[in-house]
Amino acid sequence: MSGHSSYVPKTGFERWLDARLPVARLAYDSLIDFPTPKNLNYWYTFGGILALCLGIQLATGIVLAMHYVPHVDYAFASIERIMRDVNYGWLIRYMHSNGASMFFIAVYAHMFRGLYYGSYKAPRELLWILGCVIYLLMMATAFMGYVLPWGQMSFHGAVVITNLFGALPIIGESITTWLWGGFAVDNATLNRFFSLHYLMPFMIAGVVILHVWALHVTGNNNPTGVQVQSKADTVPFHPYYTVKDGFAIAVFMLMFAAFVFFNPNALGHPDNYIPANPLVTPLHIVPEWYFLPFYAILRAVPDKLMGVLMMFGAIAVLFILPWLDTSRVRSLRYRPTTRMYFFIFVVACFVLGFCGGRLPDDKVIPGLTTFVLLDADLNSMVWLSRFATAYYFAYFLLVLPLMGLSETPLEQPASISEPVLSPSAALPAGATASPEKRG
Amino acid sequence: MLRKGLAVAALGLALMGGPALAAGSQKELRTVAWSFGGPFGKFDRAQLQRGFKVYREVCAACHSMNLMSFRNLGQKGGPFYDPKYPNPNDNPYVKTIARDYEVSDIDSDTGDVIKRPATPADRFPNPYPNEAAARAGNGGALPPDFSTLSKARKGGPDYIYSLLSGYVTPPAGLEVSAGQYYNPYMAGDVTAFWKGQGHAPKGGFIAMAPQLAPDKVTFDDGTKSTVDQQAKDVAAFLTWVSEPKLEERKAFGVGAMIYLLILSGLLYVSYRRIWRNVAH
Repeated sequence: MSGHSSYVPKTGFERWLDARLPVARLAYDSLIDFPTPKNLNYWYTFGGILALCLGIQLATGIVLAMHYVPHVDYAFASIERIMRDVNYGWLIRYMHSNGASMFFIAVYAHMFRGLYYGSYKAPRELLWILGCVIYLLMMATAFMGYVLPWGQMSFHGAVVITNLFGALPIIGESITTWLWGGFAVDNATLNRFFSLHYLMPFMIAGVVILHVWALHVTGNNNPTGVQVQSKADTVPFHPYYTVKDGFAIAVFMLMFAAFVFFNPNALGHPDNYIPANPLVTPLHIVPEWYFLPFYAILRAVPDKLMGVLMMFGAIAVLFILPWLDTSRVRSLRYRPTTRMYFFIFVVACFVLGFCGGRLPDDKVIPGLTTFVLLDADLNSMVWLSRFATAYYFAYFLLVLPLMGLSETPLEQPASISEPVLSPSAALPAGATASPEKRG
Repeated sequence: MLRKGLAVAALGLALMGGPALAAGSQKELRTVAWSFGGPFGKFDRAQLQRGFKVYREVCAACHSMNLMSFRNLGQKGGPFYDPKYPNPNDNPYVKTIARDYEVSDIDSDTGDVIKRPATPADRFPNPYPNEAAARAGNGGALPPDFSTLSKARKGGPDYIYSLLSGYVTPPAGLEVSAGQYYNPYMAGDVTAFWKGQGHAPKGGFIAMAPQLAPDKVTFDDGTKSTVDQQAKDVAAFLTWVSEPKLEERKAFGVGAMIYLLILSGLLYVSYRRIWRNVAH
């Protein structure tokens, strides 16, 4: 899609097609001859893994929809019927339910990689923002999908999340009624969630096309963060990255299969195998693991509206990230101080996930009572999530803008082919090694 | 470096330890080395048959099993599977079991509501006509349906086994209301009912009285009928009820893992070969 095409139609049919609809040229230029930096590490394989995840969710989801009944009286039993009476229904359903978790594992790895190597920085701002749009759509899709089995967690999770919109002033109540299609989470809600759950993956697929398109205009970032300068810096996508991505995908599938076949319910919640009952509220309502960090942010704020705004703000801040990071150096490899803050950020994300799964009053250090600060004991999950939330936002709003201005980055290599060995071994200017002669 | 950092983060994740949810205050479950545990696990057919007998003679008086049909007993992996009858509806053992139950039907000639003996295609009949009747018969508590019970409780079979075999005399100082029973494995909080010294005991109240007793069920294979044995067998049976395709799933999984391991190995070798002349 970028630069000139090296595709040469070989057969008569290819020439005929190429003059009318150059799909073969498109595929050749983007999947075979696409020049890719030769130093991409395994963190760069998650893009391919994510494409596979989307494919698996679409394929299994379409089959599940053939058997699923979106009705409050039949939804739960229809899922169990799939698991018991449909040929390989257990496989399709467990692949789909665990596939959602795998999708999020991969997307989080993909995003952390982007954050670390500065893949959101110019000229890849739109590429990053399209990725954020995909992530947002994924969250909406996963949430609605989790409601469909109509178990206890499905129902009460849907109540909690839709009620969040009720926190908005003036319009809040009308919005929740509009979302529900009634005055409570009920059959109308389940029906529309099913409809949207079927629609949204195709929207994701559409944005994925834009995401890949944007990627192929700017080209891949790489672990050095240095732009590709010559052909010596790149290898053709096929076979170099098809085989590397293929290996990574196979290893990822091993983990996926270990869950599907041997621990299919490990990532879910037992309460969701109890049919939904609006009159009985589960002891603890918790979302799926991939939402726990945001759930912790929501509960860290004493005010409901502020909590909702902070939760959405945690995602919104990702959209403006390209303009928050003021550094001209992309890769954190060459920004040792920021790199340290980044790892604290990763820990803060995990801490938030940890807090999201606990009760706000649970003790962080068991058996230790300290003192009450504002509304809760300092040694509690709610205070831990407050510190982690503060750090989450501080990383984007303070660390990245300020570090870019104050930090002196390490020396970057002149090109991908010539990584800086060490400051003492750095060659004098002009005496660049010729990479094509190596190896 | 990114690898190292994420390793630290992963360690944080590991420290979160298994369940993200704060456990209630119940006693730690007693664990059993189930025959169906692990990647190569299979149900013990004799245990499933004993468990079914416990279900049928003890539990079925109050607990429904709405999603199960009699034919399921004779399907592949079920307690009465017989390779001679690939169609479980033909299995004579299953037919006999079904005939012992009565189900409601409509007489197609007169339209009257009638009772007829069940066939393998019928669902297990519910012991109560509706939820209100079930609650009325059990002091206001609803006996949970058994179809997905083992998947719907944290600890699954270990929980069912611990609960059923774990009834103890309530510790002195614990006030147990009428129609309630103390069980250390039941999730709950008995602090409000604790008048004794120190911390309230772990566990909670359950509306179900202890149901199992030595020799309450006679096992046809001569297994000694202790409370422990009955609890284990019915827990195994209920796990099969929740996951009737468990054996098929695990067997398929072993094949899938072998396939993926070979594929990963081949791809890795190809990767090394293709990249061998590229400095990167």
